[in-house]
Amino acid sequence: MRNIRNFSIIAHIDHGKSTLADRLIQTTDLVSDRDFKNQMLDTMDIERERGITIKSQTVCLPYKSSDGKLYSLNLIDTPGHVDFSYEVSRALASCEGALLLVDASQGVEAQTIANLYLAVDHNLEIIPIINKIDLPSAEIEMVREQIEEDLGLDSEAAILCSAKDGIGIDEILEAVVKYLPPPKGDPDAPLEALIFDSHYDPYRGTIIHFRVVQGKIRTGDEIMFMSNKASYTVEEVGIFQIVRVPKPALTAGEVGYVIAGIKTVSDTKCGDTITLKKNPCRKSLPGFKETQPVVFSSIYPVSTDDYPELVIAMEKLKLNDASLVFQKDSSAALGFGFRCGFLGLLHLEVVQERLEREYGLSLIITAPSVEYEIEMNDGTAMMIDNPALYPEPTKIANTKEPYIKASIIIPDRYMGQVMNLALERRGINTDYQYFSSNRMEMIFELPLAEVVYDFYDKLKTVTQGYGSFDYEMLDYRDSDLVRVDILVNGDRVDALSQLVHKDKAVQRAKFACEKLRDEIPRQMFKIALQGAIGSQIIARKTINAFRKDVTAKCYGGDISRKRKLLEKQKKGKKRMKMVGEVMIPQSAFLAVLKSKD
Amino acid sequence: MDESNRQKGGIYIHVPFCVKKCAYCDFYSCTDLEKIPSYVQSLIVEMNLTADFPLHADTLYIGGGTPSLLKAEQIQLLIDAAINRFQAAPDAEITIEVNPGTVNAEKLAGYWQAGVNRISIGVQSFSDASLDFLSRIHTADQAIQSIEFARSAGFDNIGLDLIYGLPGQTERMWQADLQTAINLTPEHLSCYMLTYEPGTKMENNLRNGRFRALPDKDVGRLYDFTVRYLEDNGFYQYEVSNFSTSRQSRSKHNQKYWTHAPYIGLGPSAHSLVDNRRSWNVRSLEAYLRKTGQGKLPIEETEELNSRQLMMETLYLRLRCVDGISILDFEKRFNIDFNRCFGSIVSTYESDGVLEIINNKCRLTRKGMLFADSISSRFIDAI
Repeated sequence: MRNIRNFSIIAHIDHGKSTLADRLIQTTDLVSDRDFKNQMLDTMDIERERGITIKSQTVCLPYKSSDGKLYSLNLIDTPGHVDFSYEVSRALASCEGALLLVDASQGVEAQTIANLYLAVDHNLEIIPIINKIDLPSAEIEMVREQIEEDLGLDSEAAILCSAKDGIGIDEILEAVVKYLPPPKGDPDAPLEALIFDSHYDPYRGTIIHFRVVQGKIRTGDEIMFMSNKASYTVEEVGIFQIVRVPKPALTAGEVGYVIAGIKTVSDTKCGDTITLKKNPCRKSLPGFKETQPVVFSSIYPVSTDDYPELVIAMEKLKLNDASLVFQKDSSAALGFGFRCGFLGLLHLEVVQERLEREYGLSLIITAPSVEYEIEMNDGTAMMIDNPALYPEPTKIANTKEPYIKASIIIPDRYMGQVMNLALERRGINTDYQYFSSNRMEMIFELPLAEVVYDFYDKLKTVTQGYGSFDYEMLDYRDSDLVRVDILVNGDRVDALSQLVHKDKAVQRAKFACEKLRDEIPRQMFKIALQGAIGSQIIARKTINAFRKDVTAKCYGGDISRKRKLLEKQKKGKKRMKMVGEVMIPQSAFLAVLKSKD
Repeated sequence: MDESNRQKGGIYIHVPFCVKKCAYCDFYSCTDLEKIPSYVQSLIVEMNLTADFPLHADTLYIGGGTPSLLKAEQIQLLIDAAINRFQAAPDAEITIEVNPGTVNAEKLAGYWQAGVNRISIGVQSFSDASLDFLSRIHTADQAIQSIEFARSAGFDNIGLDLIYGLPGQTERMWQADLQTAINLTPEHLSCYMLTYEPGTKMENNLRNGRFRALPDKDVGRLYDFTVRYLEDNGFYQYEVSNFSTSRQSRSKHNQKYWTHAPYIGLGPSAHSLVDNRRSWNVRSLEAYLRKTGQGKLPIEETEELNSRQLMMETLYLRLRCVDGISILDFEKRFNIDFNRCFGSIVSTYESDGVLEIINNKCRLTRKGMLFADSISSRFIDAI
């Protein structure tokens, strides 16, 4: 156990976590150069494409230190985006230390601070690292100052590194061995192991990622989950070294996986404790705080026949994404689906993409909403996140919406733009402070509903990429809420209804009608698109009927070509929804959710 | 092969030569006219190679391109070879397409002598300005003359091709074209809406803003006018673009395409359909000459149509014809319940006035024909 180190890399998004992880993996000869590819731990296509990490991944690096001893370094890679901080938190629970990475040209940013707080909460030993020192724009001394002043860490201990060029990697590995504490724990105590992740393998069933805190787990052991007392026989335990490497046993301090023929996906819960059935531990490990979804939206299969597949896919995805919460939902326009809670808009997009890619489903997502508090005339109150459940407006006494406290760190030259953006989003600037060298933190109180709607993208745009953002939930405040409905040829499309602040209703309704006009193909009849609050029409667009749709010539050579075209169209229409007589493509539902570019 | 098992089929002979390519045309054609003699020989080679097909030809159609670039003797050679190889019936319909800029009285008389009994003249317009826009090689007078030559030569089954929906064309302009055609008393008229096919010079000019296309709603109006005007003058629509004075004067050959009757296509890019197997020849003349020169069939690709694909094509093709879909035949052929499959689509379109069921036939109305593509695609969605 003395030769084990469990650690994470934490940083603001884009500060180079995955590149550093790649370099550490390469240095320890875990993979041959031939098999190496960038973003080694980002196994999902969508992670590689977007250049982001979504899931925590684990890898056990064998490392021979300068003291001549062989160490097992368990690296747990973590995501950086604000939506995924719960993943960071779970990863940190199985570590004794963390490498805090700061971009030498960007300096300390909002999530650098947020992630540092998380690490401090978990009592982790922290090694600061200044990355990207190869960049011409690197300002090492400035960053040292920020580490000292903004973070309160000893900047003398900071290691200079360029993960891209392989500079400072050996120092980092040595520091991990030297400064991070080995895990504690008693290999002879009853088994206590913390589940921090799991995923589904089509051949092996559920694969649990866990850390052994106390005791020992062997192949053949009968294990039990503390939460539901379900028991299974261990088929295989092992460690992650890019591929799964089976081991006869794992003991206290080690991080790895267990396969135990678990078919019931819902049996495994992140944060649960695994123990031995014969010799159980006395009580569960602390586990994790339940994540709180803040954005809600419904997911429907484009083809209603695919609903059973969606059910299975959601269950499996839930196993790998503990933050996803959902319940059954149904829509007159779209049939059966799920009402889901997400951690943010990026999380929503990621879930949608994973369902489509990993499970081959074609989906329609409804407009994201936050959870509103509705006080009725009769004195009762309810929480509503689904426009479909919005009560009769005359019966509503008052509506409240959630506010957040947003911390935005920017170079001070962007102060004006950021202020405008926040005001436009109904925000209130409550505080600001200067950090070192022209950087400042602005604090806003903002309605969450305004933030889930492309706020982060807009912030990046107005600050030319320099703005960083983090937020926490604040409270509920009075709002002037209305439900905007979208009517297609007079039929309300329930899946397109949105709950919005009254001041934004016309703007949103117009935008939705415009997007639909661009996305719905012309048909044989005129299509009226309307935005409405109750019976009041607030926006209107028309799609003109086409006047002819017939091929002039159709002889020997044209028939096969035409049929192939029809076959292609037919396939494309699987991604369309009929609303009355109007065919609405999936892309139209999605376009309504996107903001103006 | 047992004579009684032979199917009645069509033979199509493609002649890919043109004096010059028309700006709107996307058919395969070339201008190496000196290759015509060797090409005629290659067609006969191809006939010999395909002679085993179980066909009993009752139509022969020589199309193009510009088949009227061929001399009467060359046409004679092709017809004789085809009759011989495909056991053509004595009363077979034998059509040739004629470009007015390539024929005189003598040539047309020669075609009649060679056994051609139906002639399809590519008039396109009786306005010289329109002919110029279409980059045709002939004048309106030449077109009228060629029709008169054809009559004198003995032809009693004459069809004219016309194009409408040209930029700036008014109903009055188009009516003048139609009236001139009617006055010449042909038995058959094909009236095609001008289509801008990708890759053609005309489509390119349109895209580059050299002219403005007639808006769809005006083309739609001209279509409606065409059907009404021709009907008033004794020409009855039997397909989206085809009209005839009687059932007998419909193009027997072209109707084979719309009923999945068997046909064999000869020449580059020609398509064949025999026993649910469709094949098509290589597109270029060079490749065609090379392959036939090696004694090989010049087939580029073959597709075996499954029942679903046949059903798709049937829906699409039959809805283009005024006779529509015979519900009984359709149910028998594909073993499905027409009403269960298409009932709701039918009733929606019936109430829109674009489709009707008459005598157990499901057919598009005049208005419906203008939307034949979208309507048939809705039918196809249901299968």
